[in-house]
Amino acid sequence: MSQKERKTPLVDELEKGPWPSFVKEIKSVDNPKAKDLLGVLERSYQDKIGHWKHGGLVGVMGYGGGVIGRYNDLPDEYPNVAEFHTLRVNQPSGWFYTSDVLRKLCDIWEEHGSGITNMHGSTGDIIFLGCSTEELEPTFAALTELGFDLGGSGSCMRTPSCCAGMARCEWACYDTMGLTHDLTMEYQDELHRPPFPYKFKFKMAGCPNDCVASVARADLSIIGTWRDEIQIDQEAVREYANSSELNVLEDVVERCPTGCMRYNGQLEIDDENCVKCMHCINVMPKALAPGKERGATILIGSKAPIIGGALLSSVLVPFLEMEPPYEDLKELIEAIWDLWAEHGKNRERVGEFIQRVGLGNFCDEIGLDVAPEMVIQPRTNPYIFYEMDTADY
Amino acid sequence: MSQEVGVEEVAEAMFDLVKQTHGKKNLKPMDLIKAMIQKFGDDRCSKPLCKKAIRELIDGGRCIYSYIGGSYVTLPPEE
Repeated sequence: MSQKERKTPLVDELEKGPWPSFVKEIKSVDNPKAKDLLGVLERSYQDKIGHWKHGGLVGVMGYGGGVIGRYNDLPDEYPNVAEFHTLRVNQPSGWFYTSDVLRKLCDIWEEHGSGITNMHGSTGDIIFLGCSTEELEPTFAALTELGFDLGGSGSCMRTPSCCAGMARCEWACYDTMGLTHDLTMEYQDELHRPPFPYKFKFKMAGCPNDCVASVARADLSIIGTWRDEIQIDQEAVREYANSSELNVLEDVVERCPTGCMRYNGQLEIDDENCVKCMHCINVMPKALAPGKERGATILIGSKAPIIGGALLSSVLVPFLEMEPPYEDLKELIEAIWDLWAEHGKNRERVGEFIQRVGLGNFCDEIGLDVAPEMVIQPRTNPYIFYEMDTADY
Repeated sequence: MSQEVGVEEVAEAMFDLVKQTHGKKNLKPMDLIKAMIQKFGDDRCSKPLCKKAIRELIDGGRCIYSYIGGSYVTLPPEE
């Protein structure tokens, strides 16, 4: 059946309505790949299965990541998407671009690929959808000429990603973009040459709001925090109290998860019992701010449900100063990688590895001293079983 | 301390192992590293040395990374 004759009634249903439609977008692409892509999708809707398979031997010379092989299982019917590989392109920290560079990226993709992108993917990378095997190297060459590189895939360190941090947000407790850039540069080998049992993700969040959801999605979550007192502008608190927009007692004090606040014309916070939930700071941004002694909490082990079920991160280091060149952090990262790479099973994420060996043993092996703040979530018992000689706290 | 083995020698031993196991067992980079340290001894062969040897095999096109559920070092597909 020719391209023009192919009907896609099921897919067409998703074009209706006032909202943006991916079908409308794909139909607007002047490329035979786009037509076959919709054809495969229509067929998938009819058959109620996805007609795609992934993996294999595709990539660019020297790299073990950045290309995810995609093939459809009906290549005779949809030859233009017989190979429809995904390219992950390493995004700049915080996803900052000029409109000029975006145009150039799109020009590259229109010349070499399908012209379809779902940037950004959930990994954070720029995602180019639909490259044939023979166009992988030319696309890669054009990207590198523009100053871009491929990101991570497979059993690599995945492309580190972060919130916009100090570039856009007043709550950032450390320079998330600086750290992301630094780790990306430092660990190029781990990004492009898969050394691990399975993927390893970093996500840098500037404050406990964790806008990049690192606590749920990163093998190593680096979340900004502070260890002194929340900064309070009492006059600004009273302005909130006197306004009709906010009831300080009901909306702030009584919603504190640990009940560590009181207000009687003067806001008092028992900072030792604050769990950094950010609620009070978020609702009274003119009156409250994170403390001045800032750094990050390092958490380990979260992952999405693939294979062993979803995990959230657990606290590994309660507080670490985050200043370049980040030597303490890198020492910790490399100790984790050494242990997990050597003893992890195939396709075992570091969080699953920790579940298997025990977090106490894991900390012992990487040479990390125990601390009572090592908890899975606030107000729970530490996961460390303290021996008498370590129970000095 | 014994003299460290050369990168080329390690790369050659790795390549032989990949060839021997081709079609029978897929090897991850760490499998190759462990095998080389066992073969040459940890006083003569280290992880950084093995990583250099893998890099030489990949950059030289004698081996490739493939993704089969996880990432492995394999022989390139036959033309």
